[in-house]
Amino acid sequence: MKKNLTLTIIGGVVVIVVLWFISAQNGLVTKEEAVTAKWSQVENVYQRRLDLIPNLVETVKGYAQQEEDILTRVTELRSRVGQMNVSSEIVNDPEAMQRFQNAQSELGGALSRLLVVAENYPDLKSNQNFLTLQSQLEGTENRIAVERKRFIEAVQEYNTAIRRFPTSLVASIGGFDKKATFTADDGAERAPKVEF
Amino acid sequence: MYPARFRSLSLLILFLVWTLPAVALEPPELRRYVTDLAGVLSSGDADQIERMLEQYDRSSSSQFLVLIIPTLEGESLEDYSLRVVEKNRIGREGSDNGLLLLVAVNDRKMRFEVGYGLEPVLTDALTSVIISDVIAPRFRNGDYANGIYAGMQAAIQAASGEFTISETAGRPKEEKEGNLFGLIIFLVIMFIIFRGNRRGGRGGGIWFIGGPFSGGGFGGGGFGGGSFGGFSGGGGSFGGGGSSGGW
Repeated sequence: MKKNLTLTIIGGVVVIVVLWFISAQNGLVTKEEAVTAKWSQVENVYQRRLDLIPNLVETVKGYAQQEEDILTRVTELRSRVGQMNVSSEIVNDPEAMQRFQNAQSELGGALSRLLVVAENYPDLKSNQNFLTLQSQLEGTENRIAVERKRFIEAVQEYNTAIRRFPTSLVASIGGFDKKATFTADDGAERAPKVEF
Repeated sequence: MYPARFRSLSLLILFLVWTLPAVALEPPELRRYVTDLAGVLSSGDADQIERMLEQYDRSSSSQFLVLIIPTLEGESLEDYSLRVVEKNRIGREGSDNGLLLLVAVNDRKMRFEVGYGLEPVLTDALTSVIISDVIAPRFRNGDYANGIYAGMQAAIQAASGEFTISETAGRPKEEKEGNLFGLIIFLVIMFIIFRGNRRGGRGGGIWFIGGPFSGGGFGGGGFGGGSFGGFSGGGGSFGGGGSSGGW
């Protein structure tokens, strides 16, 4: 009788532990999925910026051919970024993430220089096509800032969860690894607002 | 001993100064379509814009809101604006069709924050044009009411081009729920008034109606179905779309 009771208690504890394990595992899967989803948003907004560039370069060229240096640089950086592999696997590769971030912030810097240079060309500044592109670019930079922030938060939440005891046990058994993220915003991401 | 105390005191002050601004600019909870915390709109003007936006919400299910604040207190316009829409969950979940026009009067800055679902129609370029061509000139003359009215009208026209009723399949049902919700509120209020009167009519119940539902000068509104609703967020998401400008 007493033995039965002990067995029941042990059985109960085992069931509770197993249930907890499953729910902890599911929680980690959810957080991991959130990281992937946020990453694809980041990818989208960066892609959006890439898509704007050819049109922008063409428009500026029409008014400011002598600014060849910066135009070439933007085009080069764009194609370099365009060739990078940005699948969601990148969150498991800190080095690739760092390369991606560096390339993007270089491109962001070149773009904002291009906008500053455009200030010197009154005809360009009043060109409707340019104004449209400029507001789109500003909007895109803002979207990038927003989606980056959300991605960083999701990774932070996930990385904290896998390190926190006792969920860390589930993480190490289930093979949940730390995800790569962006390092603190370097400020180059937001293009300077060009006021008219 | 004295310097040590002084140091801890100055640390405390530093800490307070550091944390205060973050607390000070907490985004408000929006209960109406037009929220004027800077007091630049007359109640009649605010009502008129409120009615237009509420009407638009009913016919299209898109939630377009206006928030006017006196100052950003040095905070970034874009960050604050996003925090306002995230807190109030403007727009319907799934269609993400919310929009906020944020005006910071003393900073002379404004921003359209556009929900994910409206980004294809209310593009950054378009909202930028609405700000610079429709709203800013009127603001420069100090005419906030007309600037906001015309700006929101332009935004509605722009959005209506693509976002039609047929795209929001759940709409008739939602409207029905809205009416039911209104009915429940109505019954609750009637109950409170009735109870208040029975207890000797000290007017407590009637004051209750005056409080939450006619906050910003709802003089003539009364109980007509429309004036009742006020705004409640539908769970829309935003991703930083829209544009900023000044005047």
